[in-house]
Amino acid sequence: MNGTIENRDSFLRNIASKLNHTSADASQPPAWEHKYMPQEKVYQKYSTEQLVDMMKKACDPIHTKAYETTSDKLAEQLDKIIADYGAGKVVATKDERFSKFGLQNVLSKYDVYTWNYSEGHRTIDRAAEANIGLSICDVMLAESATAGLFNDKDKARSVSLLPETSIVIVPKSLIVPRLTQAMQMVEERVQKGEEIASYINFISGPSNSADIEMRLVVGVHGPIKVAYLIVSDL
Amino acid sequence: MPMQVGNRPFFEGVDEAIHDTFMVNAVSSAQDGLRGRKLSATVGDDALGDWEEWRSAGEEIRAHTINHLDYYLKQLSDNFSARGGHVFFAETAEQAQEYIKKVVKQKNAKHIVKAKSMVTEEISLNEALTDIGCEVLETDLAEFILQVDHDSPSHIVVPSVHKNRQQIRDAFKKLGYEGTDDPKELAGFARRTLRDKFLKADVGITGCNFAVADSGSICLVTNEGNANMVTAFPETQITVMGMERLVPTWKDLDVAVSLLCRSSVGQRLTTYVTDITPEANQEAVDSPKDYHLVIVDAGRSNALGTEFQSALHCIRCAACINVCPVYRHIGGHAYGSIYPGPIGAVLSPILGGYEQYGKLPYASSLCAACSEACPVKIPLHKLLIRHREKYVEGGGHPPVMEKVAMKGFSIGASSPLLFRAGAKMAPIMLKPIVHDGSIQKGPGPMKPWTHGRDLPAPSQENFRDWFKQHKGQKTANLDKGTGESL
Repeated sequence: MNGTIENRDSFLRNIASKLNHTSADASQPPAWEHKYMPQEKVYQKYSTEQLVDMMKKACDPIHTKAYETTSDKLAEQLDKIIADYGAGKVVATKDERFSKFGLQNVLSKYDVYTWNYSEGHRTIDRAAEANIGLSICDVMLAESATAGLFNDKDKARSVSLLPETSIVIVPKSLIVPRLTQAMQMVEERVQKGEEIASYINFISGPSNSADIEMRLVVGVHGPIKVAYLIVSDL
Repeated sequence: MPMQVGNRPFFEGVDEAIHDTFMVNAVSSAQDGLRGRKLSATVGDDALGDWEEWRSAGEEIRAHTINHLDYYLKQLSDNFSARGGHVFFAETAEQAQEYIKKVVKQKNAKHIVKAKSMVTEEISLNEALTDIGCEVLETDLAEFILQVDHDSPSHIVVPSVHKNRQQIRDAFKKLGYEGTDDPKELAGFARRTLRDKFLKADVGITGCNFAVADSGSICLVTNEGNANMVTAFPETQITVMGMERLVPTWKDLDVAVSLLCRSSVGQRLTTYVTDITPEANQEAVDSPKDYHLVIVDAGRSNALGTEFQSALHCIRCAACINVCPVYRHIGGHAYGSIYPGPIGAVLSPILGGYEQYGKLPYASSLCAACSEACPVKIPLHKLLIRHREKYVEGGGHPPVMEKVAMKGFSIGASSPLLFRAGAKMAPIMLKPIVHDGSIQKGPGPMKPWTHGRDLPAPSQENFRDWFKQHKGQKTANLDKGTGESL
């Protein structure tokens, strides 16, 4: 159902008159071609390996650890990382890729709670109590080591936000040079009239702040620790 | 009064600020740090290619958007409401306040959490909501500190830059804090204090870094994670945006976000770049059920169609503030506006009028460092000069003495006879106040100058006489064949 729009006509009339526009101008998409597009020129010739290298290097300044493994060792490696980060209560997004990647046994071993929106507020409480949140990214931006998560009712935003540690699995095939490619993916959906995720979240490492005397504090309201697990053949 | 910080006249604020040694040191060191980081992430980042081309791309996107603001605002509001969101267009700060109060009352909401937003500061939203009995909590660490200490922002990106850690510890003591002044411990206290508030709040309020017109989305650019908390758990969400803060498409958002993150804090991307679109089917439990977008004019349209239109291109990165030599010495509060620095001196008179903010354009050395730093190429120093011209022409109420002096100069300079007489009289008239070749305590209009430094006394010989004499000499030398030039 459409929401309401209030007070628009007089507001836009005022703008149009200041800009010397007619009412037809406001309903016609303005034609224009971008003269400058530097974003499309950068990292063009990078191979996937170079992108992985760039991503790993970008992890350091954002206080994030990057691990790399292959699909046959993924379960074993994830098990080890969960233990290294203190295990405890673990919450995971509801994402069919966990079973597709053969991770059911690890999830069972740690009694991982899988996000379930039908449980209402209780599911938020479970995420808030958890020590570790497990997600699988939808796109990874190499330039800034940024995990792009297209959050929805199942792939919940709370999982990468509330627990102290956020572990994100990164299939190597989802690594792109920078924000440009991720934004193009979204724009293509918009142009085709397809629905976009209501919460598109680009996360680069743990939350932080330099608000006190410009000194960096890692871990404010979101996670305090973030780890990426790159899977090189997925 | 919306937008206003403190109630002192501008020059009194300046006098007080330049003697606040801690503040001046804190501000210069923050400026140095932020400027250095920006340089490394922009002109210093070879992988990025030509930074000037990025700036041109930013300028192109912002100029196009503002030139077609009516179209893009219509498109944004259509798309936002098509997904079930509610849009309110507020011509004034009061209209925005009234709408938001109405929503809050309808929800019977008492607990409100806010993420940092300059436009909500501009429209004095906290005061309006507190007045109707709500608890309004700022959750950005800097804004939280300022709120606890009843202080106001002095920078648009780092609002508490003027405070030191001891002051912050003392402020937190009011909330029962017993720890040290270690920033990590202080931030940990804010995390513990606010966590429960996020999860139990009725309404979440944010600003808007950029809206995307073609999908009806709101983009927030943050580091602490508080905006993500504010937009996840309260059932009602209100986003307040200045009407110029939008881009046409996600491709344009890419450029705008890249410019903002790199120019404001020197990061390739901030920790969170979060894009929210109202959720059509409303099944998620960590998503607002009711989403309102309030689009605010509050004086911005004064700039449209004028020579000041490019001021609306601003993406609020504060790069101009971080290079300004005047801001460095007086900090943010002296400006008396929540928008300080070069962009504040351009924007405040547009939003609040010359009467109140007409002196701010004088808070500039016109060195143009601000224009050079701006990632969307706003010609800030030129706009400051235009403001000064308009102010003196009567746009505000310039000081009577300045008007009289300018009028007098105009008469004197237009008549060769009067000009010569004036130039000859100056050394004689000023003789009583000249000591050792300079004026140390000047009267009237000279006072602000001599307060800070000595004014050299006018020479006994004026330039015209000197020139006449030397020209004579040169001719004589040429006659002798020396060829010495002047």
